[in-house]
Amino acid sequence: MNDQTPISREERIEKLQGLGSSRKRVEDARFTQGAGNYVDDIKLPGMLFGDFVRSPYGHARIKSIKTEAALAVPGVLAVITAEDLKPLNLHYMPTLAGDVQAVLADEKVLFQGQEVAFVVATDRYAAADGVELVEVDYEGLPVINDAFKAMDDNAPLLREDIKDKMEGAHGPRKHHNHIFSWEEGDKKGTEKALADADVVVEELITYQRVHPCPLETCGCVASMDKINGKLTLWGTFQAPHAVRTVASLITNIAEHNIRVISPDIGGGFGNKVGVYPGYICAAVASIVTGKPVKWVEDRIENLSATAFARDYHMTGKIAATKDGKITGLSAHVLADHGAFDACADPTKFPAGFFSIVTGSYDIPVAYCGVDGVYTNKAPGGVAYRCSFRVTEAAYLIERMIDILARKLDMDPAEIRLKNFIKKEQFPYNSALGWEYDSGDYHTAMDKALASVDYNALRAEQEENRAAFDRGETRNLMGIGVAFFTEIVGAGPVKNCDILGLGMFDSCEIRIHPTGSAIARLGTISQGQGHATTFAQIVASEIGIPAEDITLEEGDTDTAPYGLGTYGSRSTPVAGAATAMAGRKIRAKAQMIAAYLLEVHEGDLEWDVDRFQVKGNPEAHKTMKEIAFASYNQAIPGLEPGLEAVSYYDPPNMTYPFGAYIGVVDIDVDTGVVDVRSFYALDDCGTRINPMIIEGQVHGGLTESLAIVMGQDISYDETGNIKGATLMDYFLPTAVETPNWETDFTTTPSPHHPIGAKGVGESPNVGGVPALSNAVHDAFAHKGLTHTQMPHDHWRIWKTAQKLGLTD
Amino acid sequence: MSEININMTVNGQKIEASADPRTLLIHFLREDQNLTGPHIGCDTSHCGACTVDMNGMSVKACTVFVGQANGADIVTIEGIAQADGTLHALQEAFRQHHGLQCGFCTPGMITRAYRLLQENPSPTEEEIRYGISGNLCRCTGYQNIVKAIQVAAEELSVKEAAE
Ligand code: FES
Ligand code: FES
Repeated sequence: MNDQTPISREERIEKLQGLGSSRKRVEDARFTQGAGNYVDDIKLPGMLFGDFVRSPYGHARIKSIKTEAALAVPGVLAVITAEDLKPLNLHYMPTLAGDVQAVLADEKVLFQGQEVAFVVATDRYAAADGVELVEVDYEGLPVINDAFKAMDDNAPLLREDIKDKMEGAHGPRKHHNHIFSWEEGDKKGTEKALADADVVVEELITYQRVHPCPLETCGCVASMDKINGKLTLWGTFQAPHAVRTVASLITNIAEHNIRVISPDIGGGFGNKVGVYPGYICAAVASIVTGKPVKWVEDRIENLSATAFARDYHMTGKIAATKDGKITGLSAHVLADHGAFDACADPTKFPAGFFSIVTGSYDIPVAYCGVDGVYTNKAPGGVAYRCSFRVTEAAYLIERMIDILARKLDMDPAEIRLKNFIKKEQFPYNSALGWEYDSGDYHTAMDKALASVDYNALRAEQEENRAAFDRGETRNLMGIGVAFFTEIVGAGPVKNCDILGLGMFDSCEIRIHPTGSAIARLGTISQGQGHATTFAQIVASEIGIPAEDITLEEGDTDTAPYGLGTYGSRSTPVAGAATAMAGRKIRAKAQMIAAYLLEVHEGDLEWDVDRFQVKGNPEAHKTMKEIAFASYNQAIPGLEPGLEAVSYYDPPNMTYPFGAYIGVVDIDVDTGVVDVRSFYALDDCGTRINPMIIEGQVHGGLTESLAIVMGQDISYDETGNIKGATLMDYFLPTAVETPNWETDFTTTPSPHHPIGAKGVGESPNVGGVPALSNAVHDAFAHKGLTHTQMPHDHWRIWKTAQKLGLTD
Repeated sequence: MSEININMTVNGQKIEASADPRTLLIHFLREDQNLTGPHIGCDTSHCGACTVDMNGMSVKACTVFVGQANGADIVTIEGIAQADGTLHALQEAFRQHHGLQCGFCTPGMITRAYRLLQENPSPTEEEIRYGISGNLCRCTGYQNIVKAIQVAAEELSVKEAAE
């Protein structure tokens, strides 16, 4: 039976809503009607609430904890402290970075907001009352809040629990507050290049501590079913399978008896990759009480205790010829990891992929070194909407290039064009050991410069500067150029793992008899629209319309194992697994079609949604027909059914890139920076859903605006966190946020099955240097070389004042 | 603590309940009434995720005690579509124009826009941006939200003219 519907090939393609279609999102129906299911929406019979007593000190010894008054509050059932966890060996938990972190403070606290006791009560109000009444007696200790002082001879010892352990997870520790040293590249060669250079520029560039601050905070519900011995954990987990494995390792509950479910997640941006004390305490409380226990942090707790990002003090040096050709790059980083090393980097990369710091440039020799230190700050160090430490690296190189351009009196765009890796050099081996898969930087940059009419902008800036000097305006115009190369899609199992788990990802596809399908993945969406886009990949591969494909992820009982969603890895890794699973299905479908059409397999060709006999397209079987046949016919030599699973171990990372140009107007008397226009050209290889890509770019650029113009998690000398509420922590509103202009070029990844590279994090990686460069550019002619972010009104005004521009 | 009696109209339905007087309206709606559309995103009245419509005004339900809402007429995101399930123009426009990603801000955002368009049926882009500045979104950069509200405003005014 041939499907006789007389529709054209174009219509068949259209109907699939496959790759390249701006398909509307299937998630939106529930979200727009308030029917999402986020963790705090979960309500189970008899559910209890847990809440933390947290340290008001940055560094202090705990002398005593008195719980009687709290336990007397009606509704309070238990107060758990480190002493209760010790017999279970649960007072510390392993971090993703090979360190341990206190679940509840063990004899001393190391940062303000640290978890000290967990109060369990019948409702959240009673729990909060209990928290108020737990009496903790502290003795303050000297605080280290400056990473540069962490390794002083007389610096106080922070981590007493590991004071004798001088062999860290990444090699020897050289001081009691030192975590690791990591280096890459040719140190001697780089020193020589610097010594021999016509010009050298050097700068200390700090990327301040910030926080991903998704609109939904972290939380979980733990439910121990004592009869079946099964623990179920619902939570804001960006990596549900990894959470299950970690939970199993620390609780000794067998992995098959733990079910981890990530429901809808209200944004992650890296904040929800880690494993937090709240998860462990909720699980313990549920095991102890036999009731489900919910823990959801509030915003202050979120900003002060779960997963900060950045806090990198980077010293860059560039060697160059006098006509602007870069001959060498050196970078050293002092990395402030806070009180516990809880970074979420692949094991062998304690500084993530920071060695992408040579950026988009053909730099013959380079060296980078990173030292991680402990301070009295919250742990974390996650990739806030970027791949592991890539945004730090991009910020350093893109600022340094501008500084070099300024020194040589060259145009920032010109110096970039001069040093770009050329199209014919790909695949390109960087001086720090990466193999860039594909790129065409000159084309992208030329398109960007033409689109914004760069020369006209520079001419306008000349006029603006002259007018400013004549006293006709108090605004200075700045043009920021950035060109970034990202490295995403971690990653090849041979060198990427987290806690020993290879960073592959997976997809399982089942075709139902009537020709619809379900696909399950090891990833989890936090707004990226996986249910929409992964169905598009499947649609293009197997010829079933996307709307007939259900996509499921986030439940460890049903989804195949995968390492989750962060570091822009879903499309490069799970997207590839999806395509490969689809291809397995197609291979079997081809055999079935051959049988049905009574031809040799080799005589068939795939066309959109069917196999047809070569040279005779009238003789064909659609995937729908094949699916039905696979369930109702005995086909010699083939098992019934049509399903496949693929575990994809990527052969390489992918390297998205982009050219961003922002224009700002700065009022020197108020320090207000107005982003007049911003153009973002992204090349993320094959584009799966342009609408979603654009949305991701808008969101990422807005986050970059937030970082550049105001976000700052800082601490005072006594260890108090400044700005841990939305009163102080800058999240731009619709008023501060400009309209973003997006554009693209398409350079597919040669090793990815569909050529896609991943995009969610590019705008943050490129947006930060572009906006910061724009601010610097406004003042460059007045002698500004570099000033640290955030470029908030007060700091900008101070800068203008220092340059003698204010009245 | 002794409980107080609460009477209010929520999404057109009269409800009677009792609650601890310190209960916040957002917890009352989410936990007692199972209306989990409005969310909680902060503790300082900044994010707007908890926005509901109370007596014809947008309020942040995390900053209202349930007793203050006694006798009030409340509309939450769950009550914005028509009774027959037809989506409100805003709900449709948010989907058409990709005005949401993770969806966490969306109920508050749409509920705010629902009131904004009654206060000002044909707002300029700038008026929309100011009008929703009490609602934070971390995912979208607002551009498509603003577009969705503009489109919904046009559709509603066309509909109005037709009626
Ligand atoms: S929860 Fe943030 S304003 Fe109400
Ligand atoms: S869509 Fe995620 S916060 Fe707005």
